[in-house]
Formats: sequence, structure tokens, C-alpha cells
Amino acid sequence: MSDAITAEGLVKRYGEVKALDGLSFSVPQGTVLAVLGPNGAGKTTTVRVLTTLLRPDEGRAVVAGYDVVDDAMRLRAHIGLSGQYAAVDEHLTGAENLEMVGRLYHLGAKRSKARARELLERFDLVEAGDRPVKGYSGGMRRRIDLAGALVADPPVLFMDEPTTGLDPRARNALWNTIAELVAGGTTLLLTTQYMDEAERLADDVLVVDHGRAIARGTTDALKDQVGGNRVEVSVTEPGELDTAREALAWFAVGAMQTDPESLRLTVPVTDGAEALRQILGRLADTGVRVRDAGLRRPTLDDVYLTLTGRQASGADTKAEEAAR
Amino acid sequence: MTSLTMPIVDGWTIARRNTLKIRRSPDLLGAAIMFPIVFVLMFAYVFGSVIDIPGMSYKEFLIPGIFVQAVIIGAQTTGYTLTLDLQKGIYDRFRSLPMAPSAVLIGQTVSDLLMNLSSLVVMAAMGLVVGWRVHSSPGEAVLGFGLLLLFAYAFSWVTATVALALRTPESFNNVATMVSFPLMFISNAYLDSSKLPTPLRVIAEWNPISTFTQAARELFGNTSSALRTSDAWPMQHAIPASLLWIVVLLVVFVPLATRLYKKTVSA
Repeated sequence: MSDAITAEGLVKRYGEVKALDGLSFSVPQGTVLAVLGPNGAGKTTTVRVLTTLLRPDEGRAVVAGYDVVDDAMRLRAHIGLSGQYAAVDEHLTGAENLEMVGRLYHLGAKRSKARARELLERFDLVEAGDRPVKGYSGGMRRRIDLAGALVADPPVLFMDEPTTGLDPRARNALWNTIAELVAGGTTLLLTTQYMDEAERLADDVLVVDHGRAIARGTTDALKDQVGGNRVEVSVTEPGELDTAREALAWFAVGAMQTDPESLRLTVPVTDGAEALRQILGRLADTGVRVRDAGLRRPTLDDVYLTLTGRQASGADTKAEEAAR
Repeated sequence: MTSLTMPIVDGWTIARRNTLKIRRSPDLLGAAIMFPIVFVLMFAYVFGSVIDIPGMSYKEFLIPGIFVQAVIIGAQTTGYTLTLDLQKGIYDRFRSLPMAPSAVLIGQTVSDLLMNLSSLVVMAAMGLVVGWRVHSSPGEAVLGFGLLLLFAYAFSWVTATVALALRTPESFNNVATMVSFPLMFISNAYLDSSKLPTPLRVIAEWNPISTFTQAARELFGNTSSALRTSDAWPMQHAIPASLLWIVVLLVVFVPLATRLYKKTVSA
């Protein structure tokens, strides 16, 4: 299978800061790559370089067979971009927005109109289609923006944090839409801060930090790379968290995570079930009252934490959900 | 599509978008049309009852000046709209499309020209209502409106340049107001500038607003032999001087705005 996207040694500097620092990767045709990283890791810069919005200072990239610098104009006819901030005109209706994009792809007036109607139907925006975007909800805006990226039916799609700022219901709906879309064979590169988003949509995950790729693989492979299991223990009183932490340090094969809000301690262990049994025993000996305990496989959050030494920002919402 | 026709076709698409926007933004239309109407009434009846222009009615003297003022205010729509768009992601969308990059500014200035045209029509009608009359030939009158529209188009590129340099709607509005009001008032647009104290009179004589106002007065026949025209060159040759201004503005500000646009949106 050939690659729809290849990037080799991309460097982009902003003064002293290197937004991209020798980033290289490729995306096989018809697959989905999630670029995962914290704010400022270089995710948006990567998308901007690959969609010709930004010239790299060093390195080269080829998308859909076109060089992003030398062949920028021709490349643009073969890509679609859906941004972090919905790039639609508030004063125009949904239909007018899509029609304008069609004309700018040079589809002609008639086809642009027809294509706009098709996309409104597909994105469940038929009723809203003739109202100005101003009155749309956040989820509807994202959908019309995504529809804009699809006007020319491009073989390669880019989405920069497609669900950031959406409520869980709207996020889920958008995930379904994107999943349907890529089932049709479109190559997709999406950036995200959310582990569950990468897990849900991507074939492969590229973890970036400080403008460099620090890991690459399927979500399962990345979890295996981190290895082992996690024991999660919730205690009853805030004061018990430190006691438990001290008591369990001996079992941990990596950095333990404490979440003071949900009173939860996560311990990376090697021998899963046996470790859980011993940990519960030890906690009972020290008088810590365990509210909840369990064994789980590492999540992408753990992968992320292990690789970058930092918690992904998406972890907060996950922790909240788990606490409920 | 060739590299020659693409900016025109894409520019037209962008101009259509802006025209739709203008129709749906009462604030923009209001600024371009209501402002001049209020000014016509205010100046015609407040100043008009005090200011005496030798040999002609103040209203006939005033209306060409109000036309120029409307152009100055109307052309600011270009800059203001650009700063609003800069705050949003729409330029990212445009730049990811296989369209001519120059189409954004071309489309914006063209749609604002159409808006300026409608605003001039409203004002001319308003002028006729309060007593303004054209005393020249129909051909000259058409030339008069043509000259005003050319100035509007050229000035749109000036406001576009300022907007792309300042980037935010607030700072653009501040600068636009601070520059355009003194420019309009230290001119012959509302009063006989020959009666101003010397330093102000000299500024007024060389102020392009005076040049365009004088040219419009000549083309509409709103002049009086009793009113002495200043000896300054642009006042004596107001029509060629106006055309010269238009050429200079376009030659300087079209490339400048285009370069700033590229720099601003690719940061």
C-alpha cells in the first residue's frame, strides 16, 4: 500500500522556539492516523504545514503525491481541512457556505449547489441549511465545517482537534460521522488531546512532544510497549491517600499516579492478579479503608504519561467520568 | 482555469459572499448609509442656517463634500471586515482551497465598491430632497460619480493595508476615526477653507479630501464665480489631481496590502 502522506524531517521555528523539530512520519493510503500530544506539542503546526498553510523551514512533505511547497496549488485540490475553530462564515447560511467552498474548488455553480445539498443531507443539516450559521449549535458548526472539507470529495482529509469544546453527546455524534467517512477509504490525519478519540477513530497513533515524534503504533501496540497492568485503588479519606502511597511503593514498577479529587491511586504492576491480591492485603494491614479496587490494562493515558512524563489534558475529563 | 482568469472568478465568488454578508449585517449597512443621511440633514440644516457661501446655497456647496465623506467612511468597511475575518478561521479555509490568493482582497474591495455605489445613490437622492441640484451636463455628472467610485475603490486598499497591519477591529476603528475625522474637517468639504487661519488653510488646500471635493463640485456644477478657489495646484487642477491621487493610492497600496495579507495569514 502506498503512502498518502509522508513527512521527512519537518522543522518550523518561531524565533527561538521550535514548533516542529525534525518530525518524520507517514500515513498509508486509506488509514487514519491520530496525532496525539499536549498543547504546544506541534500538532496544529503539523496540520498547517501539510495543508500548505505554512512553509516548513526544513524538511519536506508529500501529500497525495504532491509536494506541500513546490506543488502547493495543485495539492489543494486534493485535500480537505477542518480546523480547530470552525472556519465557516457566520452570516452565510450552511448551504451558502458549502456552495462558496464548491465554487472556490472550481466545481462550477451548478455542481457546487448540488454538492451543498448532498452534504447538508448527509450531515443531517437539511433543516438548518437555509439559516445563517450564526444560530447553529457548537456541534452543528463542526458538522458544517467538516462538510466544507468534503465538498471536493478529497482523498486526504485533515482534522485539527475536531471535537475540542463539544459536549459528550455532540462529540459522540461527530465520531460516528467521522467513522462512517473513513470507512469509505479516505485517508485521515487528525490531531487530538483525547485518548478516547484516538482509540475510537485511529488505526495508528503518533505521539508527539516538543515537535518530535516520540512513539508510533496501533493503540494496542503502544499499550503493550508500556507493558504490565495497572491496579487502581480508591480510598475513603483524603488522608489515607499518602498512607496508601507509601505502603504500595514497593509494588510499583513505574511512577504511581495519585488523583486527590477522586482519592484514587494508580499503581503500575507486572504480575496483575497476584499483585492486586497482595496490595489489598497490605492496605488492610495498614488500616486504609478501600472504597474500590480493580485491575486494568494500560490505557493510552498511561502510555502518554510514561512517554512524556506528563498527563494528557484529556485525562481530566476521563477522571471525572470515572468518578461519577 | 488560467492564472489570469482565476483571480477574477474567485474574486467574484468572494465578492458574492461579502454582498450576502452585508445584506445580513445591519450594522455595516447602517454605517454606510445612515451615517451620511444623518450628516446631510445635520449639516444642511444646522450649519446651513449659519454658514454663508457667496453666490450659491450652502446645500449645493455641501453635498459634494458629503459624497467624499461617505466614500471615506464607506471604504473603511473593507478594513473593518478584514479585521473581523482575521479573528476567525475563515482565511485558513480559503488558503487550503485551490483558489487564487489575491481573490480575497479583490473580492472584498469589489463588494465594498458595490456597497459604496448604493450608498452614493441613497445620498444623491437625499441631496435632491434637501435641494441639491446638478448644474453640469449629464456626462459630467456621470464622470463625477465615476471619480468618486474610483476614489472609493482606491481608498478601500488603503484601509485594507491599515487593517492587515493592525489586525484587530478595535485598533482599526480607533485609528480610522482618529485619522479620518481631522482629515475630513480640515478640508473644504463643509466650509470655505480660504477663511481658515493660514496653517490650517495650507493643510486644507493640499488635503486630498479637498481635491476630491473640489473635483466633484466642478463635475456636478456646484461652483460659484463669487467663491474664490485657492491658488494651490491641486485646487486649480482638481480633476487631474484627483486622478493622480487614485493612481498613486492604487500603485502603493495594492501591492502593500497583498504582501501584508500573505504575511498576516501565514503566520
